[in-house]
Amino acid sequence: MLSLENVCAGYAGFQALFDVSLEVKAGESVAVIGPNGAGKTTLLRLISKLVEPTQGGISFQGRSLLGVAPHEVVARGIAHVPENRRLFPRLSAEENLRMGAFVSRRDFAEKREMVYGLFPRLKEKRRQAAGTLSGGEQQMCAIGRALMSSPKLLLLDEPSAGLAPVVVQSIFALVRRICAQGYTVLIVEQNIRQVLKVVGRAYLLDAGRIVQSGASAELLAAPEIQKAYLGI
Amino acid sequence: MNYPLHLAILVLLWGYIYTSWSLMGRVGLVSFGHGAFMGIGAYSVMMLWNHFGVSPWIGGLVALAASALVALLIGYPCFRFRIVGHYFALVTLALSEVTRLVIIALRDYTGGSLGATPGAAPGIAAVQFASKETWLVIVAAFWLGGLWVWRAVERSMGRLALQAVSEEEEAAASIGIHVTRAKLRVTLISALMTCAGGILYAQYQLYVNPDTVSGIAISLQMVFGAIAGGMFVMLGPTVGAAFTLLLAEGLRLWFGNRYPALDSTVYGVMLVLFIIYMPKGILGATLALLGRRRLTPAKRQA
Amino acid sequence: MSDIFDVFLLEAVLNGLLLGGLLALLSLGLNLIFGVIDVVWICYAELIMCGMYAVYYLHVQFHWPLLLAMLAAIALVALLGWLLHQFVIRPVLSAEPINQLLVTGGVLFFLQAAATLAFGIDFKNLGVTLPAVRLGELSFSAARLLAFAVALAGALGLYLFLNRSYLGTAIRAISQDRAVMPLMGVNPARIFSITSALGGGLAGLAACLLVLQYDIHPAIGLSFGPITFLICVLGGLGNMLGGFVAAFIFAQFIAVGGFFFHLEWGYVIAFVFFIGVMFLRPRGIFSR
Repeated sequence: MLSLENVCAGYAGFQALFDVSLEVKAGESVAVIGPNGAGKTTLLRLISKLVEPTQGGISFQGRSLLGVAPHEVVARGIAHVPENRRLFPRLSAEENLRMGAFVSRRDFAEKREMVYGLFPRLKEKRRQAAGTLSGGEQQMCAIGRALMSSPKLLLLDEPSAGLAPVVVQSIFALVRRICAQGYTVLIVEQNIRQVLKVVGRAYLLDAGRIVQSGASAELLAAPEIQKAYLGI
Repeated sequence: MNYPLHLAILVLLWGYIYTSWSLMGRVGLVSFGHGAFMGIGAYSVMMLWNHFGVSPWIGGLVALAASALVALLIGYPCFRFRIVGHYFALVTLALSEVTRLVIIALRDYTGGSLGATPGAAPGIAAVQFASKETWLVIVAAFWLGGLWVWRAVERSMGRLALQAVSEEEEAAASIGIHVTRAKLRVTLISALMTCAGGILYAQYQLYVNPDTVSGIAISLQMVFGAIAGGMFVMLGPTVGAAFTLLLAEGLRLWFGNRYPALDSTVYGVMLVLFIIYMPKGILGATLALLGRRRLTPAKRQA
Repeated sequence: MSDIFDVFLLEAVLNGLLLGGLLALLSLGLNLIFGVIDVVWICYAELIMCGMYAVYYLHVQFHWPLLLAMLAAIALVALLGWLLHQFVIRPVLSAEPINQLLVTGGVLFFLQAAATLAFGIDFKNLGVTLPAVRLGELSFSAARLLAFAVALAGALGLYLFLNRSYLGTAIRAISQDRAVMPLMGVNPARIFSITSALGGGLAGLAACLLVLQYDIHPAIGLSFGPITFLICVLGGLGNMLGGFVAAFIFAQFIAVGGFFFHLEWGYVIAFVFFIGVMFLRPRGIFSR
């Protein structure tokens, strides 16, 4: 469904990604893991076109994403849950969901109920200003907001960042449920152990390059990973 | 010929006034309210002379004191509480308008919108000189004085300090620059200078009107003049004064007096264009261009 | 403003209330633009002036029915707002905020001068006189009552639009987090354009209400422009509710001050009050 080929990207005077290639097939759940500053967020921003690649190609469902404006990406079926949630703080939780549905307003009520079904606590707090929700509730709201556009591909940027360990558990459980429902998911995470338990495949990104890839179980067992990232 | 002399006087006078505005503008304190100080200067002196026979020399001191008071009264809360940018511009805008309204409201003394002229008494005591040459000397002296003040402010604060105060308040404060005090000082100097400019203008033209010496129109004209010439360069505002005056005269020669507001219309368009395409002003942009050309050969060697 | 406040204090207070409604509408437009785009349209009152002239010429010179002329004027000023944003604001959006102020200052200058050029400096009047409405011993201008009602209706309409529609929610959202809007499928530039047109439309509506009560003159923007800015600053720039409330407070100062002293003094008192508040709460009574 999604394919990146030899992509290079960066910001003014600074290159973040070098020759990155990856692939996500329909229905898969894939993770991109790696240390801080590896370029994981840049990778997701590339896919949702907040950043344009300097080299290489991106295609989604057979159509190239090169030159596509960022606000057109959602309509193509890619929803991005950004780092740090980025909810609209003074809008209510439900209004945030409404913003997520901006490009696909049909069946708003149905989709909203579906999201509330996934996140019942969110339904209780639906009129509360998003900025006053707890970290975990915000994450639920942010994911729900992305789901409101009925995406074909869901991008999750560090969903566990800044959350208490107990909450992290519940978030990953939710992600597993979403994957089980058939959404195609690409997650970027620093919490390697947890995320490898949820996804089928992963790429290891370090200093802007893919240094390893494979099935989760393989990677978990790989000695380099165990030593460098799992502290074994 | 009196006409070129008259133009020269106006160029120097407005150059002086625009320079005094730029003292604040270059530090990031864009005031839309300098019409207030000019109006206070012009009207205080004239009213004290016309109604109380107070000599313009004394009246001038009163005007300066009043301007200083207003400057501090408005400046202190703004700077102390970091009211800058939009808020500051709007507050000063209101200030110039309120000054204009006060002048109109005091119509029994000021003549309201019809304007006023000082009671005739040619001679130095009443600061009324028939000879344009005398005025040229006076105005030139003030103009030079204004440039000297510009240089003095720059030297006392240092260019880096000025920039710091305008851009990075926290950084400036951290290296020991008392930001509020610095801003108040600049504001005070600028207000006093503009007030003096208003007095000179009134005594030279021998006619004032609330719309020509106070209010937002004249305030904006000052802004335009300074920006057009380049407010970061010492002679920029003077270039701006020359530019705007020549533009006005040129338009008048071309179109005659048929279209009274034509010059302002053109100013408006040009201000917009200048801000978008030449924010450093004519002189500033020219200097930048020259500077760049000087750099290139050296670069090639490296 | 060439109008008179009647003798009774109560009448002055109530007139202040009516004026407050109108000023509130003015402040809403300005606060909307600032809250969303982060730019102050210094020339806002001049846009209103253009709208007033539009109503005048369409109705008096071209004999359009008044209501049609007003609707056309609203559309015209909405267009002006849109044009202002596209050609004047957009080029300086990424420049320093000062440049944005200066550029709209230039437009203010230009519009006033161009209006003088085009329409001359004589006062023009719509020639529509509405009867006075009597309530016991008090008498109110029907135009003023109408303006109050329409202004409140406009404010309500704006509120409903901003809270009940997708576009309105997007407009509120963009002022809270601009960078994330593309992820919602929203093009920020488009929202800015729409908001500018909306701000212009509100100005146009205000113009229709003002033209019923006051004579038109190229410099008429100066009569309510600075006041509107002070109101917005008092209520907290960008805070629509704050501006709304501040408008009524200010209007009372103007009305009651103008009742006890001469008209212009009302404004001076209001300004002094404003400076006083600035000393106490510099970011405005209800800052964001």
